[in-house]
Amino acid sequence: MDFLQNYVELAAMVLFGIGFTTLLLHKNMIKKIIGFSIMDNAIFLFLAAKGYIEGRTAPIVVDGVQTVEAYINPIPAGLVLTGIVVSVSVTAVMLSLTIRLYRRYHTLDIDEITALCRKEGEE
Amino acid sequence: MAKIRPDYETSWFGRLMHWLENGSTALDDAMTDEMDAHSRDHLVDSEHHHATQEHALEERRHAALEREQRMYSSLHQWASTKGSRLMRWVYIVASVVMCVGIIALLLNTAANLPPYGDPDNPVNNEVSAHYITQGQAETGAVNIVAGMILDYRAFDTLGESNVLFIAAVTVLVLLRLAPSRDGKPTTEMLEAEADDRLYEPKHDMILQHQANLLVPLILLFGIYVVMNGHISPGGGFSGGAIMGAGLILYLNAFGFRKTERFFTFRTFQIVSLMALAFYACSKAYSFFTGANHLPSIFSPGTPGMLFSAGLIPYLNIAVGLVVCCTMYAFYTLFRKGDM
Repeated sequence: MDFLQNYVELAAMVLFGIGFTTLLLHKNMIKKIIGFSIMDNAIFLFLAAKGYIEGRTAPIVVDGVQTVEAYINPIPAGLVLTGIVVSVSVTAVMLSLTIRLYRRYHTLDIDEITALCRKEGEE
Repeated sequence: MAKIRPDYETSWFGRLMHWLENGSTALDDAMTDEMDAHSRDHLVDSEHHHATQEHALEERRHAALEREQRMYSSLHQWASTKGSRLMRWVYIVASVVMCVGIIALLLNTAANLPPYGDPDNPVNNEVSAHYITQGQAETGAVNIVAGMILDYRAFDTLGESNVLFIAAVTVLVLLRLAPSRDGKPTTEMLEAEADDRLYEPKHDMILQHQANLLVPLILLFGIYVVMNGHISPGGGFSGGAIMGAGLILYLNAFGFRKTERFFTFRTFQIVSLMALAFYACSKAYSFFTGANHLPSIFSPGTPGMLFSAGLIPYLNIAVGLVVCCTMYAFYTLFRKGDM
């Protein structure tokens, strides 16, 4: 079996890994959110790649042609649409929570925020 | 305060703690006391000798205690300086190893998936075939994806619009700077106002001229994308995002004074709620008919016409309005904490 036949899916997996590594390695909350967004986009790329069929066009009926052989799979497109909307919403909520944390602790470093939180709890 | 066991004094941990604090165990102390008593009773003549001996013992004890303290303080310092750095390295190495492992696992899985772009893949089953062959006849939409998300799966899209609206409301709750109870603006609010004034346009001629040209075009293109969602690529989500971008450009060029004339918090409330309520009502008939997807009372019309495909263009407009308002609300809330 040819290892590179699914090159789009492989690229999506590498992107997912890059996002996950960013999420784990960075202390800055904004960078963690960027890593999260990269993971989201990797999944959209994967879903879009699953719906693609070689040599067919987008699922918009042209000249009344309504045969299965003419168009790609429309279902992953709808799923990606849902995913994009949810990812935008989640990113907005995460960023607003980060802004609230910054207003209170004046730092974006998650370790410093945890330390300050613990100090507050002890008082 | 932690609870102390009744046998704490004789337990090995209690003895260890005692030893750490005093440099001798409780048992040692008892023995010394006993010895002291013994010597007082029987060895009175050698009292002087005993005292010097005790003195030497005390000094030795002291030295040992100091050595111990030095050792423990160096250990503590190691933990807070070099130790945490070492833990950081261990964490980094472990997470990189874990991520590389996950990537390898996912790559192996992806390589063993059915081949990319093959029409015989299991995802291309009878459901997508039905959507493609029957979609236009059943929904009237030329854009099969629009027919799918706004007719076959319209509840999914309603949920999606609600997710967007709820996210906007959450951001509003988290970031809006409300005035205090007596109606006076709080210091936080005044700070945000002062901060925002730095970004207010100071008659930026280049941006304003470009905006004069571009904003009508962008808004018109957004409306085109929304209205033609069922007969060409596009739809409520993409068109709404384009319109929201046009509004944000207008705001950046001309400032809040101008946008407040037509878009305030109240506009956001009314437009979003009306659009969502229209969407919910127009799709609620499936609930009242036992969730059977009955044929729409609106005829599909001639495919390819602007007002065809039953309810789809109206639902697209509703979704577009919600998305446009939400995008603009996100921008203004993140920028100054109010609309």
